[in-house]
Amino acid sequence: MDLTFSPQEIAFRDELRGWLAANQPDAAPVDGGEDAQYQWRRDWQRRLYDAGWAAPAWPVEYGGRGASLTESAIYYEEIGRSRSPLAANTLGLLLGGPTLMVWGTDEQKERYLPPILSAEEIWCQGFSEPEAGSDLASLKTRAVKDGEEWVVTGQKVWTSGAQYSKWCMLVARTDGDVPKHKGLTYFLMDMEQDAVQVRPLRQITGEDEFNELFIEEARIPDANVIGGVGNGWKVALTTLMNERAGLGFALQIRLRQLLDDTIAVAAERGLLEDPVYADELAELHTRCESIRLLAWKGLTDVERYGQPGPEGSLVKWLWSDTNQRLTQLAVDIVGPAALTAGTSWSYEFLRARGNTIEGGTTEVLKNIVAERVLGLPRLKVAV
Amino acid sequence: MDFGLTDDQREIQRTARELLAERARPDRVREHAEARSTDEQLWKELSELGWPGIAIAEEHGGQGLGQIELSILCEELGRSLAPVPFLGSAMAATVIQQDGSAEQRERWLGGLASGATIGALGAAVDGTAELVIGGREADVFVLIDEDGSGRILGAEEADVTPVDSVDPTRSTARVSGAGEPVGDGGACAGLGRALVSVSSELVGVCDRALAMTVEYVKDRKQFGVPVGAYQAVSHRCAQMLLETEKARATAAFAAWTADADPEALAEAAAMAKVCASSAAREVTASAIQAHGGIGFTWEADVHWLYKRAQLDAALLGGAKRHRARLAAILAERVGAGAAA
Repeated sequence: MDLTFSPQEIAFRDELRGWLAANQPDAAPVDGGEDAQYQWRRDWQRRLYDAGWAAPAWPVEYGGRGASLTESAIYYEEIGRSRSPLAANTLGLLLGGPTLMVWGTDEQKERYLPPILSAEEIWCQGFSEPEAGSDLASLKTRAVKDGEEWVVTGQKVWTSGAQYSKWCMLVARTDGDVPKHKGLTYFLMDMEQDAVQVRPLRQITGEDEFNELFIEEARIPDANVIGGVGNGWKVALTTLMNERAGLGFALQIRLRQLLDDTIAVAAERGLLEDPVYADELAELHTRCESIRLLAWKGLTDVERYGQPGPEGSLVKWLWSDTNQRLTQLAVDIVGPAALTAGTSWSYEFLRARGNTIEGGTTEVLKNIVAERVLGLPRLKVAV
Repeated sequence: MDFGLTDDQREIQRTARELLAERARPDRVREHAEARSTDEQLWKELSELGWPGIAIAEEHGGQGLGQIELSILCEELGRSLAPVPFLGSAMAATVIQQDGSAEQRERWLGGLASGATIGALGAAVDGTAELVIGGREADVFVLIDEDGSGRILGAEEADVTPVDSVDPTRSTARVSGAGEPVGDGGACAGLGRALVSVSSELVGVCDRALAMTVEYVKDRKQFGVPVGAYQAVSHRCAQMLLETEKARATAAFAAWTADADPEALAEAAAMAKVCASSAAREVTASAIQAHGGIGFTWEADVHWLYKRAQLDAALLGGAKRHRARLAAILAERVGAGAAA
């Protein structure tokens, strides 16, 4: 056991920390709503890109730094620590790029990877549907071959950044006659066509972070199939496995910062000496540290032994639960300001409700833990 | 960064697990628990293997290994519920080694390392420590007073009254008496390590409770399917794993800290004890629930785990007390930040 970073990892961290200190992003725009926010994050990615910091985990040949898993985690920790925004094209960087690297042809990689990195072309993810959430493989969006093209019709939901995106990672059914996982194909769909309508989906926070896609006979050239016709489930799993890998470290640092902010307010108001609040804050402090340890343990076990431990699903579950508990406690500590619309405190606790749903609901995570880690039998449900 | 054990540590873990699977089988633990007797034969065997002295310096006849190795043994002994006075003896030795005077170390550590001397450690309130684990057979006691300072008492100078606790896999006693201060009479730094040892034992208890439960719910059928297929049951098991892994990660971190970053130990040990105490209570209670009616019987073995968990969870302060310590550390940190 050695819970320190190697000299090389420390050098990586210090270089990035130095760069972030010297290249603070501009202050977040106050006016202009979502569009201005998005442009701000796009400008930020451009700066990261120019300095070679957009996707350190990508191999050098694709414009990354070939960073190790540990370095990549350090990267997201430092992004979080410096309170920098996430890059505009985070889905392309974290999900789309790595998926293409595994499944894409040389032509596809050459064509699509560079503009992901530079934020010239933004990517979004068209997986979930109104009737296919946790049961993703039951999705109904259909793609039918028509000469050298596919004609796609269906509806997608929870597509963040769709209004800014050029490309959509789309999973559609290309064969209805085989068991549900087998008839799927993974496409790269051009969002700039009339057959794709993007409608904002307003969340409980009042903002439109997500969208719905209405797809009515959209056209996708055959060359935009990723990983082969009928292989969509496997390709989608590659995307999903990348979903939390790095981002978890940024989220974990944000949780830490929010806890520190809450502790500071509690201290100001003398609540740290109040045993009721002290007990709960100490519990959250302990959970926050447990999350950090479990996240690092999961990552370094993969790096060193090639075997993920049970930590992966546990970290997301524990993080989402802890963030909800913390933001709710903050309401008690901060008081009326946390229940006033438009404050950061009220935003945090409202947004936290989504944490136990997005990226795998807690219920699904518990199923995964029970079945794949503990080996418990799966309840057979009527299909 | 590496959370894994070294080859040597893995070997210690493997041989300990194999030995205890053989020598501390459930039927043997039950026999001793029902008789409220210590397994003296096993203690002798463990002593010959050098277990009691694993973290005692070589100059005192120990193996001179660290807290990680000691924690490995604690975890395995917790898993097996072996009826031996290991934990108390190791905790007493830890404090004497860390905080005792040269004379005290010289006097006690040799015997504690060889297993010829049995130690016990307890927290005293108004001078008296209740339910001191291993109290009946201990030759030397370390009592920790409210201010964190310690006293050493040889058995002959201690006032020892055996008291049966709910956990019959180990003896317990009420202990008082004057004794002499540990070291210079200041707060004992060795308590941090003692907390890690208890936490590690609790990780073993949790792990075993979970394993027994998983095995049971895969096998037990109701309404024609294994009960482990119902999410009400399987999600409970998932929760047990989460609590166990939290306890494992924080205990491992604290054990590493004890040797590699002692300044961070007070906080890490408190966190480990918070996680281990609450995990052990919840996980062993869940184990009883998931076993259904059989889990509530004397015949099933899960209650021994539940009872060991209760004693260890309370030992040297439960989760609430250590959260209060953590809150004090947080307050100090905020104060220091404001002053800086």
